[in-house]
Amino acid sequence: MLAQFLQFLFSGVTVGATYALAALGFTLIYNASNVINFAQGEFIMLGGMLAVFFVQSGLPLPAALVLAILVPAIVGILIEKLAIEPVKGAETVTLIIITIGASLVIRGLTAVIFGKGTHSLPAFSGDEPIQILGATLMPQSLWVLGVTAIVVVVLWYFFNRTLTGKAMLATSYNRVAAELVGINTNGVLFMSFAMSAALGALGGILVTPITLTSYDAGIMMGLKGFVAAVLGGLGNGLGAVVGGLLVGILEAMGAGYLSSAYKDAIPFVLILFILFFMPRGLFGARVTDRV
Amino acid sequence: MRNRAYNGLYIVIAILLVLPFVLPNSFYLDLVIRMAINAVIVLGLNLLIGFAGQISLGHAGFLGIGAYASAVLPTHFGWHPVLAMVAGAVATGVLAALVARPIFKLKGNYLAMATLGLGIILSIALRNEAQWTGGPDGMPVPAFGVFGFELSSDKHWYWVVAVLLSVSVWASLNLIDSPFGRALRALHGSEVASRVVGVDVVRYKVSIFVLSAVFASLMGSITAHYVGFVTPNLADFFHSIELVTMVVIGGMASVYGSLVGAVLLTALPQALATFEGWETVVFGAILMICMIFLPKGLVPTLAAKLGKGE
Amino acid sequence: MALLDVTHLSIHFGGVKAVQDVSFSIDAGIVYSVIGPNGAGKTTLFNLITGVYKPTHGEIRLDGESIGGRSPDELARRGVARTFQNLQICMNMSAIENVMVGAHLRLDRNLIKAALRFPGLRRRDAALRDEALELMRFVGLDKFADARADAMPYGALKRLEIARALAMKPRVIFLDEPAAGLNPKETIEVDHLVRKVADSGITVVLVEHDMKMVMNLSDRILVLDYGKKLAEGTGAEVRRNPDVIAAYLGAHA
Repeated sequence: MLAQFLQFLFSGVTVGATYALAALGFTLIYNASNVINFAQGEFIMLGGMLAVFFVQSGLPLPAALVLAILVPAIVGILIEKLAIEPVKGAETVTLIIITIGASLVIRGLTAVIFGKGTHSLPAFSGDEPIQILGATLMPQSLWVLGVTAIVVVVLWYFFNRTLTGKAMLATSYNRVAAELVGINTNGVLFMSFAMSAALGALGGILVTPITLTSYDAGIMMGLKGFVAAVLGGLGNGLGAVVGGLLVGILEAMGAGYLSSAYKDAIPFVLILFILFFMPRGLFGARVTDRV
Repeated sequence: MRNRAYNGLYIVIAILLVLPFVLPNSFYLDLVIRMAINAVIVLGLNLLIGFAGQISLGHAGFLGIGAYASAVLPTHFGWHPVLAMVAGAVATGVLAALVARPIFKLKGNYLAMATLGLGIILSIALRNEAQWTGGPDGMPVPAFGVFGFELSSDKHWYWVVAVLLSVSVWASLNLIDSPFGRALRALHGSEVASRVVGVDVVRYKVSIFVLSAVFASLMGSITAHYVGFVTPNLADFFHSIELVTMVVIGGMASVYGSLVGAVLLTALPQALATFEGWETVVFGAILMICMIFLPKGLVPTLAAKLGKGE
Repeated sequence: MALLDVTHLSIHFGGVKAVQDVSFSIDAGIVYSVIGPNGAGKTTLFNLITGVYKPTHGEIRLDGESIGGRSPDELARRGVARTFQNLQICMNMSAIENVMVGAHLRLDRNLIKAALRFPGLRRRDAALRDEALELMRFVGLDKFADARADAMPYGALKRLEIARALAMKPRVIFLDEPAAGLNPKETIEVDHLVRKVADSGITVVLVEHDMKMVMNLSDRILVLDYGKKLAEGTGAEVRRNPDVIAAYLGAHA
């Protein structure tokens, strides 16, 4: 009983950490621009696929991983420069279509370059499972959780203790006011795309040894990251992390105890309930429209 | 000046009357039928997105309910296809009405999330309930017949769909220039202003959402019977996006834009087939380029250009 | 009995008390103005009475019926109309359609009849178009009859809002700074327009910064400061009130 529960919990927290990174990516871009970036999932896929590719081409693991984060970050910057900046202030639907277009381009190019096969990455520190109270934990899960924890701390420090981070926060609260005090809000937008692409890619790299990856793995990951971001109250960084873990855990529990066929539906059932009964998410602020 | 909007309807009808006699072969007839079916769905969706200013990223789910009602009910339960189609539409309407009230208290991105979630749940259910739906492989759909007359050839289908499309264009034009339609557009323009003149905004959003969902469901049934086979891809997230894209590229809040969007995006995959393997890339790039350079969509942008010339 | 009775009305946003314990009543048929420095809570008061916000405390009665916390569309049914300080025009519609939307509650709003173009509904709509045209003439916008709203100048849009509110055939109309941002000539035109509206028997509640206009039009004036009622009375009474003088001199010194 307990062993089984722990087993589900371990796999839920592991995947949940990836969702949390994706949700943080959504949050960063949303705060800087009010854009929901539907290409977020493709950064996760891109991170995993590039890591596989660089490792296979003979690069040492650390170099491969750094490149697999850098390239998606550059892709994120390109999307921002070429597709988001030129249409500032467009309707929500227009922005959604643009980011979906970007995601199709990334997915399509990946399929053309790397093929449509499924790929895997060797675990960073072996495949020897760790036994805990009858449940097994893969060492890679510890990598996922550890790195996610570090990222969260680093982000917290960045936003609360550095000038650039504070400038980004200020922009999310009030863009015009931020511009008035001399913050380069275009630079903020630029940063947020680079950072959120890098976060997504990092999540993708970490989780690939466990879940494998392919050119079309990004879309579900991205949508679940979106669920996690909304669950935590869109725009709330801490909420995104909690939301990600929650989505991962509930998905694993639902798949284990209820129905594995409906595993992918669970996050969406969850989000509908949340939106119906707590429309601001778990940590969202109340907003009053000014007229 | 108001009636000028209806001139386009005569052009549409004229084109529909001439087309079957000038199309070179059955390949093109099939393409036009699918364009027309999509156009009807997109007209309904444009009422929701373009006119009322709401988003739905899950409309393919409703399409799926209609399509599968027409496949499953006659096959497994021996229902008459007409009854199955109506049942699908009613089920869609009830489901849409049930979820709409809480959904439309939400705004913008939350609305996108809720409709997206709903669509994905529906498409996963269709994939998983294999004993009824044939699972990911799909299932055949029995032929459609009324009063002993069976709709079998593409020619028959063409005329059915052409009439449906003409009526839909006419009804949409009527609707937007009516008290109901004005209220719908007003809540898009300024929600608070429409509330203080007495528009019960949630009720209007719910009505138009249900209406467009029922349209999608009915056209899902038609698609199922016409193609003779259904797969869960019909209800996919990607198909929902395609439908929204048709609305946006043709032009939000433009009846004729809906037609142009449906025609172009139905033809696009055929045109892209020559790009072997690069279809997705080119499709995505076209979406981005259209939205960046023509954010209002083709028809309104062109209309504005021509209007300036006058 | 007064048309509108407001007693101990308050609303708090978090810790901010935007309106605090405000009471007053408005008799039918008069022009009643609400004045006060920026941020005094005038627009918030309008939002409370027209149902856009729900009061934290207090009561609002219209003709004796309690209406506090009712939704705007319920209030519209009871004859409450308003305009907005920052324009709320539907830019996706033509000017005349904006006015026609004002008549929303007086029309057959059936979806099916509309889609099938029922003759009765069309006739009624054509009649409404004439009525809307008449209203546009009344507010001085006849030359914009065929214009798109997003192609109209600011001053015209201000009056378009008044025409839309009048299309509701209201008993009371709340005008939130109808002359804000207008040049002196336009301000005088709006002054005359408000007088015409009042003369047609509609009770007018006015928020306005142009003191000449306020003193010229108002039967009674309510002065707000920091969300609280500072004074109330006729123009002459208010002008003599030492608190008002202090607040205004303080504000402008």
